[in-house]
Amino acid sequence: MTSAISARGLARHFGAAVAVAGIDLDVPRAQIYGILGPNGSGKSTTIRMLCGLLLPTRGTVTVLGHVVPRDAEVVRRKLGYMTQRFSLWEDLTVDENLDFMGRVYGLERALRRERIRDRVASYDLAAIAGQRVGTLSGGQRQRLALAAATLHDPELLLLDEPTSAVDPQSRRDFWENLFALVARGTTILVSTHYMDEAERCHRLAILDRGRVAAEGEPMELARNIDAAVIEIECDDLVAARRALASLPAIRSVAQLGIRLRMLVPREARDPEAGFRVALAPLCPEARVERVGASLEDVFVAATRLRREAETTERAA
Amino acid sequence: MSWGGRLFAISAKEIRQLARDRITVGLIVGIPTIQLLLFGYAINFDVRGVSTALLDQARTSLSRRLVGDLRATQVLGELRQAGSERELRELIQRGEANVGIVIAPDLERRIADGERAAIQILVDGSQPALENVAEGLGSMPLLRRAGSAAERRPVEIVVAYNPDKRTAVQIVPALCGVILTMTMVIFTASAIVRERERGNLEFLITTPVSPGELMAGKLLPYVAIGLIQTTLILTLGYWLFDVPVAGSLVDLYLGALLFIAASLSLGLFLSTVAQTQFQAMQMAIVTMLPSILMSGFMFPFEGMPAVAQGIAQVLPLTHCNEIIRGIVLRGASLTDMQPEIRKLTAFLAAMLTLSIARFRKRLD
Repeated sequence: MTSAISARGLARHFGAAVAVAGIDLDVPRAQIYGILGPNGSGKSTTIRMLCGLLLPTRGTVTVLGHVVPRDAEVVRRKLGYMTQRFSLWEDLTVDENLDFMGRVYGLERALRRERIRDRVASYDLAAIAGQRVGTLSGGQRQRLALAAATLHDPELLLLDEPTSAVDPQSRRDFWENLFALVARGTTILVSTHYMDEAERCHRLAILDRGRVAAEGEPMELARNIDAAVIEIECDDLVAARRALASLPAIRSVAQLGIRLRMLVPREARDPEAGFRVALAPLCPEARVERVGASLEDVFVAATRLRREAETTERAA
Repeated sequence: MSWGGRLFAISAKEIRQLARDRITVGLIVGIPTIQLLLFGYAINFDVRGVSTALLDQARTSLSRRLVGDLRATQVLGELRQAGSERELRELIQRGEANVGIVIAPDLERRIADGERAAIQILVDGSQPALENVAEGLGSMPLLRRAGSAAERRPVEIVVAYNPDKRTAVQIVPALCGVILTMTMVIFTASAIVRERERGNLEFLITTPVSPGELMAGKLLPYVAIGLIQTTLILTLGYWLFDVPVAGSLVDLYLGALLFIAASLSLGLFLSTVAQTQFQAMQMAIVTMLPSILMSGFMFPFEGMPAVAQGIAQVLPLTHCNEIIRGIVLRGASLTDMQPEIRKLTAFLAAMLTLSIARFRKRLD
């Protein structure tokens, strides 16, 4: 079976600014595909090009077998889109919003009613069905937005940072709903800047400054990380930081409570030993160990470290 | 579902949202009512105590008696003596006097032979209501008793800055177009831009809805609102200012409908240009002021330079005023108004074409 989305050399410029600098994407069907990236990395621009809202400056896109933007109208019937910003009508009730969207998608009366009944039940909207949307909480709005985007049973769902305005519990519930959709065959493309969300995706592309910095399954990405991850635990982390400052091998340091987490080059030979030596005078009790990479490490290695490497190359 | 289904859904949503916006609902009825009352009464206002400059070149007992009679009406207030015609004009120019009365040196002889005016009343035409005052003064019987030939109208009225004659009867039909311009252009422009601003449009244009459905669906409720406002203005005009409709009501509503459509198409076009409601509002005002000032509502065409007359020909309000005035006052039919109808139709077609060309289901 072909990919749900396939993009080649996709680029978009806004005047002199390059939002997306030529990316390839292959999103398999019936999976959740994540686009992880910091703000301004080109996530929204990519999604908007996929649904025909923005014309690519370069490159080709095929969505569900149709060429976009040429066949954008055909694709729109099979596609659900949740915008980054809440985009339903705040002066209408939950029911009125759903009924309106059902009509816009062209669902006949009986089918429309059935679908609305189903979505209201699935997404826990019954208690607020008659309430004006302007009064809803972030989590309720998000469930409504998902209900509206799926009313027409789309084959593909594009979600642009869907959980940025909701609490962790709502986020968990939301992902349960996404997995239920995937189980029914829906393909989902979701952009996020949350690591825990990225970890839930079947596959992932890490986007940085308009380029794909890394791509693959989350576990695979962590295994293949282009760095070793070392954790240090000691009482005086300030002293430890000072002791390690002179070591050239360290490419990134992050403090996690009483521990320091460091990325060092993958090819470095036994970096733990070097650290122990350096730490011995200041904090002799320090514990140094190599740990498995998290997605955050992958993200840092793929974005920040690569950027630094490029800068060094350019300088040289 | 049919094409009509989506269009209806959009219109129904628009009406529902409008109905919940109490201030806007109030404005739909309030704007025409307030404007009509304001303009209608301001122009009919019974003026008293008008500051006056007097140049009595005759200085006879008759001239003094005439001035005394004029003052007795209470229409004239503070009286300032002017030494010369130039001084009198300066007083008016500076706004210290709104009316100037010039009594000719040979007052008695002029009244006797009745060929030339014996008394000249100068009116500051920049203040429309004063012209009626002058009319009133001119026809006062007290001036007639002055001489035997008085029936031949001894007083001549010179409107210095505004040759246009205006009464409430002319104002009410003209207000119809002005009020519709104000509400129709602003309402539509902001109705569409609001959805862009709030992010609704980004979601809506990723659905199968077509640009035609979207625009027609959004405009239809405003057509109805425009017709309601027309009815309100004509009814109030009839009740309060005795302005009957001389021509056919069907013709009048068809003419109003064409103008409403033209105004909505202008609002629609502005909405395809503006990114925020604030911008839409400013654009609407930029088109509205020339409409009001150049359509012949305030100033007559004849006084405008050719370029301005050309611009006025493009403005829908110019033709609307002509059509409504013609039907309401002169009892004309739509067939008498073919040039105006053609120009309005051309404007509508041009705006719709431009809007459809500019409106894309895209963000760039």
